[in-house]
Amino acid sequence: MKTIIDMQEITKSYFIGHPNEFKALNDVNIRIGEGEFVAVIGESGSGKSTLMNIMGALDRPTEGKYYLDGIDVGQEKDHALSGIRNRKIGFVFQTFNLIPRMSALRNVELPMAYARVPGRRRAERARQLLEIVGMKDRMSHQPNELSGGQKQRVAIARAMANNPAIILADEPTGALDSTTGHLVMDIFHKLHEEEGKTIILITHSRELAGETERIITLRDGAVIAELAGSGKQGRTA
Amino acid sequence: MERSFFDWILLYIDKYGELFLQGTGITLLLAVVGTVAGGVIGLLVAIVREIHIEKNDILLKKIVVRVARVILGIYIEVFRATPMIVQGMVVFYGLAFGGIHLSPLAAGLGVISINTGAYISEIMRGGIISVDKGQTEGALSIGMTHWQTMLSIVLPQAIRNSLPAIGNEFIINIKDSAVLSVIGVAELFFQSKSAAGTYLQYFPAMVITCVIYLILTVIISRVLRYIEKRMDGPKNYKVDEKSELEYVLLH
Ligand SMILES: Nc1ncnc2c1ncn2[C@@H]1O[C@H](COP(=O)(O)OP(=O)(O)OP(=O)(O)O)[C@@H](O)[C@H]1O
Ligand SMILES: [Mg+2]
Repeated sequence: MKTIIDMQEITKSYFIGHPNEFKALNDVNIRIGEGEFVAVIGESGSGKSTLMNIMGALDRPTEGKYYLDGIDVGQEKDHALSGIRNRKIGFVFQTFNLIPRMSALRNVELPMAYARVPGRRRAERARQLLEIVGMKDRMSHQPNELSGGQKQRVAIARAMANNPAIILADEPTGALDSTTGHLVMDIFHKLHEEEGKTIILITHSRELAGETERIITLRDGAVIAELAGSGKQGRTA
Repeated sequence: MERSFFDWILLYIDKYGELFLQGTGITLLLAVVGTVAGGVIGLLVAIVREIHIEKNDILLKKIVVRVARVILGIYIEVFRATPMIVQGMVVFYGLAFGGIHLSPLAAGLGVISINTGAYISEIMRGGIISVDKGQTEGALSIGMTHWQTMLSIVLPQAIRNSLPAIGNEFIINIKDSAVLSVIGVAELFFQSKSAAGTYLQYFPAMVITCVIYLILTVIISRVLRYIEKRMDGPKNYKVDEKSELEYVLLH
């Protein structure tokens, strides 16, 4: 299996007034193969979001090497990184982070605009994606006119816009009730099984983590355990 | 013959009405230019102060950013911690001392703009910081660069959040531009003082001036409040027109 995420001795420090520095991540080594479905769990403040931001090239590590699909992220300029985020990675955030005052359709189209996909193809694909996540009837709604679960489904459609190889999801079900949460998980399972996406799911829920193939546990910025998961949806549908 | 208070008022209006109007025009000019130019200065300063240095940036960038931060910090500190009346004197006579002879109006416009810029840069910085971090993450995640995110997502919201405070600066400028009379800017207070001086009857002349200032500030603050209300109705809170623009541009 080809390695798509390769983190070597990654440390992320924040200065919290001299001479103190706080290590949100401390010497983390993680390798994830193409097509894997991995969960990252850990208590609040253990460094999960920090890890995801570095994995997604939204942020840079203080120390260590990070290779994303063979690219040395630390050596790349801001402009190149924006291109990598745009094409290789789909992000799903706990707080959705859709662009306000833009319809669901436009939110999904925007990453394609940055990838210079021609207008007509863009709209067509955005419609298809919204249909897949069950948002066909709400395409012209703006984020503030959608419920949490609906926003998250739009966000997933947006993450899929440029057909990225990797999906990074930071507590995508955290703000949702359990039924809607399972709906979102169903979408991830489908993307993993049918399209072979590499999915990294950050979650508080051991139940959801158990549905993935591998569970990485963080504590105080360090990896303390790696377990195999079932890779199956354990609940009765 | 004894003149009553109202006789004096009528006399001043009759003889110097035009002077008062000219003064009012200059006062408005100072306030408008000061706030608009100050807004542009404040915005630019706030943007520069928000540039982050990263570990693997080139040394030159690190130095330039650090130096700019120090200089802009001093600028803001100095202009917020000294009275504008003194700033006017220092700039006007300082320039003359250095052989640069500006007209009082030009110097006055410069001083009020730079002074307002110092205040607005702090307002704008607060506006930038108050934009939800998730907005930035969302924008970066779809493939915008840091600059694109700043320009099309963060700044439009920051400006919008800052508008009430900037409107307030406009009102302050209408009143405080009076201090620029010390360097001879022919604004409302300056003109009424010279009108008053001809008869040495300051009270009636200043009552007229007072009423004019009052009318200006009351009307303008009402208009600003009306605009504000229309802008942040419950529905389009945190609206973001620039991203629409970005979309259209990319379309
Ligand atoms: N900009 C920052 N400056 C200083 N400390 C920070 C900063 N960002 C994060 N931290 C700290 O780093 C640690 C890890 O934060 P992180 O957001 O990664 O936690 P998390 O595991 O995602 O938590 P949660 O489950 O609550 O989302 C926390 O202790 C946090 O306070
Ligand atoms: Mg988190």
